[in-house]
Amino acid sequence: MSQNLFVQLQGVVVKRRAKAVLGPIDLELSGGGFTIVLGPNGAGKTTLLKVLHGVERITSGSVTWSVSDKTAQQGQAYVFQSPVMLRRSVRANLAYPLQLLGLPKAEIAERVAHWGARIGLSAVLDFPAPRLSGGEQQKLALARALIRRPHTLFLDEPCANLDGRSTREVEDILCEATQAGARIIMTTHDLGQARRLADRVLFLSKGQVEEQARANTFFTAPESSGATAFLNGDIIE
Amino acid sequence: MSGIWAGMVEAFLLVWSLDADLIDITLRSLKVSLSALVIACAIALPLGTWLAIRRFRHRRFVIAILNALMGLPPVVVGLIVYLLLSRAGPFGVLDLLFTPTAMVIAQVIIITPLIASITHQAMRELWSEYHDLLISLNTTHGQRIATLIWDGRRTLMTASLAGFGRAVGEVGAIMIVGGNIDHVTRVLTTAIALETGKGDFALALGLGVVLIALSLCVNLTIHSLSRTEREGRW
Amino acid sequence: MIRAILFALICAGTAIQAETLRLAATTSFNNSGLSDALLPAIAQDIGLDVQLLVVGTGQALRLGQSGDVDAILVHSKEAELAFVEAGYASHRREIMYNDFVVIGPSNDPAQVMAATSAIEALLRVAAAQSTFVSRGDDSGTHRKELSLWAAAGTDRVKFTSWYREVGASMGASLNSASAMNGYILADRASWLNFGNKGDLALLFSGDPVLFNQYAYLPVSAERHAHVKAQAARNLEKWLVSPRAKSIINGYEIGNEALFVFNARP
Repeated sequence: MSQNLFVQLQGVVVKRRAKAVLGPIDLELSGGGFTIVLGPNGAGKTTLLKVLHGVERITSGSVTWSVSDKTAQQGQAYVFQSPVMLRRSVRANLAYPLQLLGLPKAEIAERVAHWGARIGLSAVLDFPAPRLSGGEQQKLALARALIRRPHTLFLDEPCANLDGRSTREVEDILCEATQAGARIIMTTHDLGQARRLADRVLFLSKGQVEEQARANTFFTAPESSGATAFLNGDIIE
Repeated sequence: MSGIWAGMVEAFLLVWSLDADLIDITLRSLKVSLSALVIACAIALPLGTWLAIRRFRHRRFVIAILNALMGLPPVVVGLIVYLLLSRAGPFGVLDLLFTPTAMVIAQVIIITPLIASITHQAMRELWSEYHDLLISLNTTHGQRIATLIWDGRRTLMTASLAGFGRAVGEVGAIMIVGGNIDHVTRVLTTAIALETGKGDFALALGLGVVLIALSLCVNLTIHSLSRTEREGRW
Repeated sequence: MIRAILFALICAGTAIQAETLRLAATTSFNNSGLSDALLPAIAQDIGLDVQLLVVGTGQALRLGQSGDVDAILVHSKEAELAFVEAGYASHRREIMYNDFVVIGPSNDPAQVMAATSAIEALLRVAAAQSTFVSRGDDSGTHRKELSLWAAAGTDRVKFTSWYREVGASMGASLNSASAMNGYILADRASWLNFGNKGDLALLFSGDPVLFNQYAYLPVSAERHAHVKAQAARNLEKWLVSPRAKSIINGYEIGNEALFVFNARP
């Protein structure tokens, strides 16, 4: 295994209704920072993320983390494309993952207060979460993921429904997280965002990894034709 | 209409005079039905939730059976429980026949499928909403059940009250296994049946009014208690 | 000193704690109101708390058979004899009798009032095809009704829609008869105590064949070791005592005596 390698996929195939939506994929991911997954719709980005997180069943192949499976699972967090809000207050949503871990009440209260302030929802901590706006829910889902201090964070189109200001807030939070040592794997349709944040890029098309490169290399001189077409703004079928 | 009016007058007089017999059978009605409710909920709420989140072979079959059990005629349940608890039956040595305990047992059997079925339906919807998140957070089965039950508690409360309504208004099964013995196993519904049989319609109707009022009180109490929670919202 | 107090308390405790006995009796026994007169006296005199299960004769016999009760009080001699014969009770003890009466609409379309015997009364109803409500529940009253039809030489299978079997207790059957304004055979006690008479009236009575004998049967302790045999014996002794005689003979509804005590000591 190469240095800093944290996960390895070998021959991974995901089939749904006998149709292969992902794979076969051989992939090694290493290093910290941002790994951005790009590709046209239906390429399998979300599926890949779910496979890495361990919530998508793979038809064949293997996913191997460099730490034990249990440590790997506990240290990961995932933010879904449409955030799932518990039918509780904002405060209770934030506290929930920590309660699952059995942390002491004082510690939970402290972290909840910190993250509530960080995402600008201090004033509405006791508001029912399902009643928040789309943007606020997205930020809440993000805070709920980060409150556990995960070492790996998966995000599926985290800024899809956010306005400019909220997008900036979210990107700031994500950068802080990587500086604190978390590694982030996220998908996005926003090429500008990808250029801003990426350290490495994974380009997916039709369920295959067409290209894997460092960010500056990818954006200036993409190797595959698919990537070139994509960056050009062409429609890829 | 005059018959109904006579019944309401009778009910008022009974309650006003704090008739000792009335208090006796009312308290017993409450005791039996509330006990049955607590036990049935302890079984049905986790069972219904568990059925909603677990996938296994024959799951649809089990759910169909559960829904069908809702239609069990209470009288048949009473007969079966009687045969089980009778001295001539397998559990006769427990000497439970013609006691309030036998009545609780019969009512638990009657209302558990009802509560479990409504619970299952509600939890299924909630689970499909929470599914991705709870799996992503590595929750255990126990944690999932607890989270669903807590977040779905309003619907579960409605399910429980439906069960309570069914229990407190039930008469066929508890007549058979309880025997309607004065001061021992007589409750509001069996007393109503007795007085109706004697042709004393006014008294029977009066007791009926008391029963309805009792059910209303229980419902209102539970609704108002739950509203004092912080997130109290329908 | 302390020992004496303790002893007194224990005695008091056991005295206060009355013994209980489960008795299955027929609905007519309860509907007449006689049980409400007898039970308190029993508790007072012999310290026995009688738990009364009011059921139909058929069910009472069944409960005695399974040993779910300690004694039964029914009014169906044939069934009682079979019960004793089968060994479920050691004997039957006759206590009292009341009589059956023919009830019907006050305008009496079948002219039952003019009948000279019970059988003739029923035949008149059949001939007029007036509505007749039958208990249909295998109770003592029902069996008496069936025996009368049989003695009249009729074939119940040939009865058409005027004959209605409701399969219910005395009170419930009277309710049905009141609602349908039909004829019905009832025991006098239940009729007098019935609260929903409507347009019905007592049309025929007095034929000796309508006498209704109640008997007490203690459940056999040999068959069911757990029954309270001693308490059942005590109750039986009380039921044939002069005290019981005075209560039973003295029980009236509207100045009419309902039961006649005929137990032999």
